[in-house]
Amino acid sequence: MTQVSMTVNGKAVSGDVEGRTLLSSFLRDHLSLTGTHVGCDTAQCGACVVHVNGEAIKSCNMLALEADGADVGTIEGQAAEDGALNVIQQAFQDHHGLQCGFCTPGMVMSAAALLKENPRPTEGEIRKYLEGNLCRCTGYHNIVKAIMAASGQDVSSIAAE
Amino acid sequence: MPKDSGIGASSKRREDVRFLTGAGNYTDDINVHGQAYVHFLRSDIAHGRITNIDTSAAEGMPGVVKVFTGKDFEGVGGMPCGWEVTDRHGAPMQEPPHPILAQGKVRHVGDPIAAVVADSLEQARDAAEAIEVDIEELSAVLDMKAAAQEGATLIHEDLKNNICYDWHLGEEDNNKVNEVFANAAHVTTLDLINNRLVANPMEPRVAVAEYSRGTDEYTLYTTSQNPHVIRLLMCAFVLGLPEHKVRVVAPDVGGGFGTKIFHYAEEAFCTFAAKACNRPVKWTASRSEAFMSDAQGRDHVSTIELALDADNNFTGLRTNTYANLGAYLSTFSSSVPTWLHGTLMAGNYKTPVIQVNVKAMFTNTVPVDAYRGAGRPEATYQLERVIDKAARELGVDPIALRRQNFITQFPYDTPVALTYDTGDYNGTMDKLEAAADLAGFAARRAQSEANGKLRGLGVNCYIEACGIAPSNIVGMLGARAGLYDAATVRVNATGSISVMVGAHSHGQGHETAFPQVVADMIGIDESMVEIVHGDTSKIPFGMGTYGSRSLAVCGSAMVKATEKVIDKAKKIAAHLLEASETDIELKDGQFSVAGTDKSVAWGDVTLTAYVPHNFPLEVEPGLEETAFYDPANFTFPAGAYACEVEVDPETGQVSIEKFTAADDFGNIVNPMIVDGQVHGGIGQGIGQALLENCAYDENGQLLSASFMDYAMPRADDLPFYAVDHSSQTPCTHNPLGVKGCGEAGAIGSPPAVVNAVLDALNSGGRAVDHIDMPMSPSRVWTAMHG
Repeated sequence: MTQVSMTVNGKAVSGDVEGRTLLSSFLRDHLSLTGTHVGCDTAQCGACVVHVNGEAIKSCNMLALEADGADVGTIEGQAAEDGALNVIQQAFQDHHGLQCGFCTPGMVMSAAALLKENPRPTEGEIRKYLEGNLCRCTGYHNIVKAIMAASGQDVSSIAAE
Repeated sequence: MPKDSGIGASSKRREDVRFLTGAGNYTDDINVHGQAYVHFLRSDIAHGRITNIDTSAAEGMPGVVKVFTGKDFEGVGGMPCGWEVTDRHGAPMQEPPHPILAQGKVRHVGDPIAAVVADSLEQARDAAEAIEVDIEELSAVLDMKAAAQEGATLIHEDLKNNICYDWHLGEEDNNKVNEVFANAAHVTTLDLINNRLVANPMEPRVAVAEYSRGTDEYTLYTTSQNPHVIRLLMCAFVLGLPEHKVRVVAPDVGGGFGTKIFHYAEEAFCTFAAKACNRPVKWTASRSEAFMSDAQGRDHVSTIELALDADNNFTGLRTNTYANLGAYLSTFSSSVPTWLHGTLMAGNYKTPVIQVNVKAMFTNTVPVDAYRGAGRPEATYQLERVIDKAARELGVDPIALRRQNFITQFPYDTPVALTYDTGDYNGTMDKLEAAADLAGFAARRAQSEANGKLRGLGVNCYIEACGIAPSNIVGMLGARAGLYDAATVRVNATGSISVMVGAHSHGQGHETAFPQVVADMIGIDESMVEIVHGDTSKIPFGMGTYGSRSLAVCGSAMVKATEKVIDKAKKIAAHLLEASETDIELKDGQFSVAGTDKSVAWGDVTLTAYVPHNFPLEVEPGLEETAFYDPANFTFPAGAYACEVEVDPETGQVSIEKFTAADDFGNIVNPMIVDGQVHGGIGQGIGQALLENCAYDENGQLLSASFMDYAMPRADDLPFYAVDHSSQTPCTHNPLGVKGCGEAGAIGSPPAVVNAVLDALNSGGRAVDHIDMPMSPSRVWTAMHG
């Protein structure tokens, strides 16, 4: 066991982990931050996307020890202190961008990273950026629409609701 | 004006808040104090005889609590099948045993051989590697037609062959069918494969079981679409436990699509092991494990023949299908190629003579069962592909050919056992033609051609049968369960309402849509109504969610229970208002005496129900009612879909340029949710048509066992969809007039995509009459240049 320390959602945390403990497992099992989901074992589905030092990464694909000293953001840290949804979360609710909710944390975290580097992405840019995030429920329609809306674009002309 | 609350409003989903903030409670998020972890050792051989299992080394490994093999389950029941199909000669289907852990043989890659329970998952995995298993490999049976031959290697030695059943529906007299085809002016024949799929809900299956010696009670947390069904099957048929001592909880479930209907060996194992180890036991599937153990979908090989007269009227239809059931019978597998497939072969058309033949086969593959649509996509695909081929052969417009043969009078008795209660197929097609701007297609094709691409338009119709019922009829057809549902409406003293429902929401938005109905009936705010589901200790016995049944069946039970509540509340209101009960009206949450200004509010009546000081003596205190609802018939959603594709003639790459759905779902409670259901179904249907394929090699090795190899549709593969559900013929036999919308997209979209690609190729001068799904660039390119 090795001690690992990092900042998660603004709070200093630490724990003893094995060398093989994944960051996703550290978040879920050690910190009980179960909003980060694990949907595959080949780094394909993106349900486990978190931010490490401001970048979107798949936490199933990083060892907890590799994140020692890092600033980690998870879905649990996205809403305001009083529980108010952030712009992206609100857009997902407004535009029905989620159904079963399992891929949703990864989608929201990826969308946040996308909008940080590209504040007004086109439909095509969004679809391309989400190539590492699988959703089985929505056919992606309302996810793409929600992200466009979150970036301030008028989505009223995109297929009727 | 769109409504802002109640039935017909696009109310935002209340469940989203927890899912968007990481506060969902999925089964893998549940950890029970002191839990041990199980790892299953699964067969890496498709077919073989187990000659020896040595677990001694594993048992001594660090952290190991107990190692289980098939021997530990001798005398314990196997996994049951919930539907007994009777074959064409009146004999019951062949039903082989399906042990929790393999006994004597392994029959597919992924078949569980042993299970290690240990203090940590890593220890369980490490110990499983120390189990020595000797398997004498047998030749794997994979090709369904070869498996049906006399002398084929037997997968189950106690059966007479590998054929589960040879089934028939529709016209029995072969001579009559032959005569129809002999007299036809034109016959179109098509061989096609409905490719095997993996449902792949994003949440893998999980089971957590605990047992208390003090009370002899079990709790199983599991990723299920129907917790009561799991409890009944596991208690009555597998483990022999009293139902009242077993609580099954399906908390937030991350998608189902059918594959979480079934009772799986891992659920029964964890429940059994929790008592045997006297410790909570947890199992979480890896995605690779899901590929090897979740029941898979489709996998039909069919020949369909359509007979037409000189005026292009359909005169006869005959299909012969081989349906793959895999190595064992999954819970409802036997019903899929029969009563959920053969019965749909009439489609939207008045074909007078139909004969459906199905041979259901055992093979050395993962069991196959219901996946979104379940039988109906297979029927629709055959029918809508052969009609399209006929139109091309005859040189007629494929939409006109369909319209000419539409059923237009309702109710309509099909030659394949169903009675359609209502529909307007021409009206729905009109909606499609407008919404898809089919008139503008020629211009769009010209533009594509100017860009060096081939553009094609594919149109098709579908009909589905949802809310399978009534129970007495499905019982006659072989179902070993009833197909009603139940709801309890519990009104609290201060007027808020908890509704306990048998349906289970795993993405469908019941927590939002169901309250819209109850709130609308009473005239109170939706926020005053809460749905409780997924826990056998809280809800009445219900059959769960699948087959687009939740609103049509469970929603009807909820309406009935709410009506009972309102009836009783009116008695109380009449007492308070000193009026006759028959004069009491309920509107906007106020009970009033007709023709007067006397009224009392909902909240005053509910408070009186629980503080019955001034109360009618003949009425029981309290305000809580339960209703069970068994539908009189299936519901029949129907629609017409249009797909436009571009094909790159250089590479065979297909891109979906435009996809339009016109559906008739009857009345609609929440249009936003309905749109989302259709979007998701279309996404899966396009996935089947272009990308997805579950593949085995000639030895039965599963080649597509991860997301690296199984091509799930990604955002970049799919377009925005246009969805129109303004064609509405309400269901005639349920109180809401609703039909169900969950599967339509997956049923209606694959033939639209294939028809579109073939239209594109033919427009480019290539006479290609069929390409099997998935239409990968190499398959399309080969068809163009073959």
